[in-house]
Amino acid sequence: MNASVEIHEAGASAERPLLEIKDLAISFTTSNGEVNAVRNAHLTVMPGETVAIVGESGSGKSTTALAAIGLLPGNGRVAAGQVLFDGEDIAHASEKRMIELRGNSIGMVPQDPMSNLNPVWKIGYQVRETLKANGLPSGPDDVAKVLSEAGLPDASRRANQYPHEFSGGMRQRALIAIGLSCQPRLLIADEPTSALDVTVQRQILDHLDKMTTELGTAVLLITHDLGLAAERADKVVVMYRGQVVESGPSLELLRNPQHPYTQRLVASAPSLASRRIQAAKELGVESGDLLAPAEDVAVETSMPEEVLQIENLTKVFKLRSGFGRSTDFTAVDNVSFSVKRGTTTAIVGESGSGKSTVAQMVLNLLQPTSGKIVFDGVDTSTLNNKEIFAFRRRVQPIFQDPYGSLDPMYSIFRTIEEPLRTHKIGDKASREKKVRELLDQVALPQSTMQRYPNELSGGQRQRVAIARALALDPEVIICDEAVSALDVLVQAQVLNLLADLQSRLGLTYLFITHDLAVVRQIADHVCVMEKGKLVETGSTDEVFDSPRQDYTKALLNAIPGAHLMLPPEAATA
Amino acid sequence: MTPENIAPDQRSAAPARRHIEHFVADFAETPLQATDKVKEDQAPLSLWGEAWKNLRRQPLFLISAFLILVVVAVSLFPSLFSGIDPASEACQLANSDAGPAAGHPLGFTQQGCDVYARVIFGTRSSVTVGLFTTLGVLLIGGIMGALAGYYGGWVDAVLARVNDIFFALPLILGAIVMMQLPVFRTNRTAWTLVLILVTFGWPQIARITRGAVIEVRNADFVTAARSLGVSKFGALLRHVLPNSLAPIIVVATISLGTFIVAESTLSFLGIGLPPSVMSWGNDIQAAQASLRSNPMPLLWPAIALSITVLSFIMLGDALRDALDPKARKR
Repeated sequence: MNASVEIHEAGASAERPLLEIKDLAISFTTSNGEVNAVRNAHLTVMPGETVAIVGESGSGKSTTALAAIGLLPGNGRVAAGQVLFDGEDIAHASEKRMIELRGNSIGMVPQDPMSNLNPVWKIGYQVRETLKANGLPSGPDDVAKVLSEAGLPDASRRANQYPHEFSGGMRQRALIAIGLSCQPRLLIADEPTSALDVTVQRQILDHLDKMTTELGTAVLLITHDLGLAAERADKVVVMYRGQVVESGPSLELLRNPQHPYTQRLVASAPSLASRRIQAAKELGVESGDLLAPAEDVAVETSMPEEVLQIENLTKVFKLRSGFGRSTDFTAVDNVSFSVKRGTTTAIVGESGSGKSTVAQMVLNLLQPTSGKIVFDGVDTSTLNNKEIFAFRRRVQPIFQDPYGSLDPMYSIFRTIEEPLRTHKIGDKASREKKVRELLDQVALPQSTMQRYPNELSGGQRQRVAIARALALDPEVIICDEAVSALDVLVQAQVLNLLADLQSRLGLTYLFITHDLAVVRQIADHVCVMEKGKLVETGSTDEVFDSPRQDYTKALLNAIPGAHLMLPPEAATA
Repeated sequence: MTPENIAPDQRSAAPARRHIEHFVADFAETPLQATDKVKEDQAPLSLWGEAWKNLRRQPLFLISAFLILVVVAVSLFPSLFSGIDPASEACQLANSDAGPAAGHPLGFTQQGCDVYARVIFGTRSSVTVGLFTTLGVLLIGGIMGALAGYYGGWVDAVLARVNDIFFALPLILGAIVMMQLPVFRTNRTAWTLVLILVTFGWPQIARITRGAVIEVRNADFVTAARSLGVSKFGALLRHVLPNSLAPIIVVATISLGTFIVAESTLSFLGIGLPPSVMSWGNDIQAAQASLRSNPMPLLWPAIALSITVLSFIMLGDALRDALDPKARKR
């Protein structure tokens, strides 16, 4: 804590920090007693400076920021320490004082653009509300001006629309407009773009940068993405389990992390370290091949090289528009690609690109409108019920949401055993043995068997989902955004596990993701989809090193922190 | 790398160049933990286990559960609670409207019957009607709602309209009309009442079940089970229904109370259980005549009825809090 005092004293001679958090402790009263969410937190934001708080979920980063604006949930309280805003301690300020400060002194851009706009009020009304609350002129022209400054085209017309008529990016712009409408001196942006596609994220952040630079607004950016933090902030504060473990100039922190946690974070941040992990994976594949049992190799060579062939696949959804009329919506448009046995093919695209629809059709959960899917030489649309049952054994999915993909009523044992029981494999004892083996394979202790999903973290649940998918010894695993919901460190762990399993079991992955950094780490081949069409395919190196399509280039450029190349010594740390 | 992307070096130069301290926390104070380690120290706890742990500490639950246990015990073994069996021992008109006496703590009715004994022995018919109506409603409403919600399409369209028709008919009004039918008028027993109450009571449960099933049917774990090879109906039985149970149980518990009230209301109106069957509703109706001179014979069965209904409603509330933390009161 000495360090923070020193910063304070050094800064005080020149200028006063805009926001200074000193030795902050926040605790929550829960049904299990008092929980300390934040301890000894300290950070300084100078006027006009952008400071990023980086940490995984539950690290206390959002809680710290909420304390700065006095919006802690009802069961939370500041237990110790100070929050100095422009020299005034607001940690225990009255509600009246906080209302004065909010909006015109401290603005906020919340995380989720989908739920943070009130769906029953027009956008313009919601902006006007903010202006009015802070005693600013709030005529239609003022509202339009605020919205157009946030980069919304045709603002006066847009102001008369409802949130559901806006796309995610436009909603986030509207929220930024509301946050900045009263020209606050400090803007707290809590994961402002984590729900958005990368290209949209990029536009939004660029615009936010430009606006805050023009207005001289200081920004406290909260993010889980180290690359994004390093790219956008002057200073990065790393939080871990409720404590600040390291803070400093963003580039220095990235290149020369001191605290073991920061080192770990830098090492596994996908956007920064992708190349290195890719190399490690290749090494792993080679060593794994040597260890693979001989019979597996023999089986593989006797089978056709291409395990999945997708030919001119098209899916048209009928959208009902009332009175029996319907409009056609082509979700997947004439897509063809093939997947080689034992490799990983990634389908990359932004939301609405049709990538998940492809996955559903490959899983035979959705019928294609036209085109065919050939699995191991057989057109899957010609399968009868019995053959589909057999097909299910060979192709297994892993889903995105680790909280939704496990039945909360089933113990982990029952969850992993279910596929074995459904396919009537083995007796009770041999099934239990198999479940134990599977848990070993996904590096979970065998005692997890008796637990229930609600007791496990997201990463652990995802491992259970992987174990369940592996139970039937499938050949192909379809990963639908299988790691997108996980914290970076856990994500890296799960990706390594997947790579390791692939080399040991000769699995084929079809990896659906929006995250190019993940693709780089795991995929051999990439298919880039845009609005239902396949725009580019190729090996991962080809696509990443020399993208041919503008869309692919835009996607690659939008990876936050991609251009912050790491010096070799940090990469080996 | 695109030109509009400002490198951090240039950005920090934009405001006056400040020195930013590089702070590193004491390693000892901020120990690293293994990434994503499984907690092995606690005993495993299922969703129901957790709900039970939560319930055990709730006074609302403890009180209502105790009262319900007492009510159930009374209805099963009334003779344990009262030495007098009002069915076999004729009422003495001499005791008409008499106050409490030794062995008769609650006094006598106009007919000279022991109020306490009648309240104790009347429990069974109320609890029987309430319990079996709820079971019937759960069965019919649950099946209809689950099928409608899970299969959707025309199944849903047909079942939902049938549901709406029955939903539009008020329970009591429907029961009054039905009880006038000759078939029911001549065989009035607890079972006829159950049948009629089920006929008009199932739509509520069907609606709740349908909603709960629709919410769960698109969950990833159902898709996962289907892609494992579990049949569509199998997924409904094994995954969708168990996960939809919580709201259904809550509503069923609360409606158990309302069915007991409905039984009493119908008996009070003289079209429920026949006067020969002892029930709280009948007793309240019989005591109505002497309400002005002797209100106590009306009050005691009414209190018993209120306590029973209240306990079921409180139990439902407590269950809802435990099973659905989102609805928990702050």
